[in-house]
Amino acid sequence: MAKRITSPVYVVGDNIDTDQIIPAQYLTLVPTIPDEYEKLGSYAMVGLPDDLYPSRFIPENSSKTEYKIVIAGKNFGCGSSREHAPIALGAAGVEVVVAESYARIFFRNSVATGELYPYESRERLLDVCRTGDLATVDFDNDTVTINDHEFTLKPMGDVRPVIEAGGIFNYARQTGMIPAKA
Amino acid sequence: MDPWCTPFLMTLTEKILARASGRRSVGAGDNVWVNTDILLTHDVCGPGSIGVFKREFGQDAKVFDPKKIVIIPDHYIFTSDRLSNRNVDILRDFAKEQALPYFYDVIDDPIGSWTFSPEIGQLKRQYGSRYQGVCHAALPKLGHARPGEVLFGTDSHTCMAGAFGEFASGIGNTDAGFILGTGKLLVKVPETMRFYLEGALPPGVMAKDVILWVIGDIGFDGATYRAMQWEGPGVSSLNMDDRMTIANMAIEAGGKNGIFPADAATFAYVDERTRLNGTKADYDPVELDQDQKLVFDKVYDLSKLEPTVAMHPNPGNRALAKELENVKLDRAYIGSCTGGKASDFVAFAKVVKGRHVKIDTYGVPATSDVVHELKEIRWDSQSIWDVLVDAGVQMTENASCAACLGGPKDTFGRLNAPLTCISATNRNFPGRMGSKEAKVYLASPYTVAASALTGRVTDPREFLN
Ligand code: SF4
Repeated sequence: MAKRITSPVYVVGDNIDTDQIIPAQYLTLVPTIPDEYEKLGSYAMVGLPDDLYPSRFIPENSSKTEYKIVIAGKNFGCGSSREHAPIALGAAGVEVVVAESYARIFFRNSVATGELYPYESRERLLDVCRTGDLATVDFDNDTVTINDHEFTLKPMGDVRPVIEAGGIFNYARQTGMIPAKA
Repeated sequence: MDPWCTPFLMTLTEKILARASGRRSVGAGDNVWVNTDILLTHDVCGPGSIGVFKREFGQDAKVFDPKKIVIIPDHYIFTSDRLSNRNVDILRDFAKEQALPYFYDVIDDPIGSWTFSPEIGQLKRQYGSRYQGVCHAALPKLGHARPGEVLFGTDSHTCMAGAFGEFASGIGNTDAGFILGTGKLLVKVPETMRFYLEGALPPGVMAKDVILWVIGDIGFDGATYRAMQWEGPGVSSLNMDDRMTIANMAIEAGGKNGIFPADAATFAYVDERTRLNGTKADYDPVELDQDQKLVFDKVYDLSKLEPTVAMHPNPGNRALAKELENVKLDRAYIGSCTGGKASDFVAFAKVVKGRHVKIDTYGVPATSDVVHELKEIRWDSQSIWDVLVDAGVQMTENASCAACLGGPKDTFGRLNAPLTCISATNRNFPGRMGSKEAKVYLASPYTVAASALTGRVTDPREFLN
């Protein structure tokens, strides 16, 4: 089945660190507790400076974002190892991040949790679009189309099936690395 | 002869990962399943990791090996935030259920629950006899860091233990949940960058300046996915605290791990610590090969370095302290895993002794041991602790991460307003220490101390002679 996602994009700059994705004061929320998982979503990206990012990522009194696609620059997710970061984005409804590059732990946590697809772009997409522009990510052809321009993305390779399975545990079970759940 | 040595020439990281995955050799880019020697977690990521473990392996599941799990609550301890206190209780329940010998609880009562009492205040000690403080500083002190081993921790600064010649790297909750159940993790072997040190540090310059200089050099994503290996004759001039400060900040360049070869100083430290805490005393270090596959190789002469600062808003934004003397400061802060060791406070005290700070200055010892040491060590008849307090530093006995990562609003030293702060910690992204409009400058304890005295970023050498 063809897999694509169409959504308005939220555009951020370089070096968006995990304190901006989910500020440390919200790390008391435990992601495996369902209510607290939802709450984490409502705080996604609240650490971004307001003057640089006038459009709110999450509307007031909501825990969901209208932006299923985030476009970012270099070194997205740098800083702490908090898995709360990809989880907050995933809980808020983000499905794909398209960044020029990622910090290692963020990338790994995205894959391990299966919360979102971390695609790498070849171009600096944040220069060609603005928050609110409509984009379509096509997973079978590894492309993103923004404002009718198509850009190719770097294939995700080995990590895609892990995310598709819903994270490393599901993947490890599907492939027989660990026994199926009783 | 050690079968793991020759004929395969590998970097330190490759050697350790080869052994941990049961292979004769591995190379950068290989994906291997490695056995974990120690899994470290704390109050922020422990509850979530435990949640993942139970969800995936079942409510009655048992961890892979209780002796290989170390839990050190340290992040949000001295706060009346309800969820923070609850999270410590989740750790206690789990430690009890799984009979974990290495849970360093905040309180002594094994069936109690933890609450911070704001009436007693932030400065007075509020913890039991087993409480330690910041996990990365406590881990080696407690004899859990050993050469040649594999350490994973649910915290990005887990790389600090690379100072002891082991592979140490930060992971997320899901990976930690996987390890809790299986003891294994799938790891991609990183490429290695070599930083070859010559000479010795000149007066007024500290290990912190070395790492700030290097990160400024390679960029704060300059080591992404890579191992930062420190070598050369300069290494032997650095003591274990210095090496920890440097290894700690590998992640600030995006590194997967930082690693020093183990030498006589390492063995002396580790042997004493494993004996004192009764932890596993045997280990098998890996040795440096003459020829290794490196993706970066550069020589640094320690004797040429000067007091260095990372300016707002990231750890790679480098300048020399002497170039920033027009930067006005509101606050100074000394603490954290990288800058809150006893040696860091001693350096700070050397600068402020007999003087008085000009701006609000907060001191948070990394561990309860550090509190104890600062009260024990005396210059003439005065303890270091008293030197600091007399100089106007607000010293808390409650060792923890405190304002290093902002935390709940009532956290000691937190930047609750858009202040400019100079700090001996390791990270200065927007919002890191609280307010997202605050500006944080990172520097060595010497530089932070000199700056606290003047209210401006200050080269400490003018105060040291
Ligand atoms: S002291 Fe700071 S850097 Fe170190 S573990 Fe605590 S929060 Fe992290």
